[in-house]
Amino acid sequence: MGFPDRIERTVEVAHPPGKVWAALTTAEGLGAWFGDEATIDLRPGGSARMRFSSGFTVDMRVERVEEPAVFGFTWQIYGLPEDDPRRTYVEFTLEPTGAGTRLRVVETGFAQLPEDAYRAAYDGNTKGWASELGELADYLDAA
Amino acid sequence: MPPDIEAIAEQVFVALADPTRRAILAALASGGPATATDLAARLPITRQAIAKHLALLAEVGLVTAEHGERRRVRYRLRSAPMQVAQQFLAALARDWDRPLEALTEHLDRSTREPTTTPLEEARGHHA
Repeated sequence: MGFPDRIERTVEVAHPPGKVWAALTTAEGLGAWFGDEATIDLRPGGSARMRFSSGFTVDMRVERVEEPAVFGFTWQIYGLPEDDPRRTYVEFTLEPTGAGTRLRVVETGFAQLPEDAYRAAYDGNTKGWASELGELADYLDAA
Repeated sequence: MPPDIEAIAEQVFVALADPTRRAILAALASGGPATATDLAARLPITRQAIAKHLALLAEVGLVTAEHGERRRVRYRLRSAPMQVAQQFLAALARDWDRPLEALTEHLDRSTREPTTTPLEEARGHHA
């Protein structure tokens, strides 16, 4: 039962939600505190990208935009190959408090396992790559 | 039925906890499929010990046995369970504490330095 699927943090900041919202959802904001450079198309389905000084870049897909309360996006799972289709979902929730904003970030989806990956992980004992390469050869022959 | 990804990850970590099995998996990863005899030539481990570990690794699906030339069994690394284990590690490696601290600092900083931006702030933004 130890596979972590959900990561959650809450911080209280002494700034109004509008200001926090701008830091989370604009290229200037994201580039200032998160990445070293950012682009964002702020609408559901829009794409965003952050570049880090290390040269690492991450692509995000904007999912929820409810100014100034909820901002959600999906992004690649850090540490997995770039072409891996798996994504985690990150959601920021901004709640006004007397002194500023309660900001909550929840990232979920680490424990997801698509059907094909499940099959691949479990069923290869008998099958394996030998036959997969055979299928590739068949495919190439047929093409 | 939810797939038991924890069981898969656990098998990977158990396999990797043993230095001999790590060496075998590393050899298969870097050099491609090999027989127990091939591996014994490359690693400072007896063929017998290697065969024993390979049987265990095949049982949990981390390597797959295939029949090579002259009825020799070759072993090939299976990457799918490794990718599941990577997911587990990704969750542990995900650091939200530092970015959130940076966000707080960023918000505080931009309050102290309002519309009349100091020179270094301007340089920072247009670099």
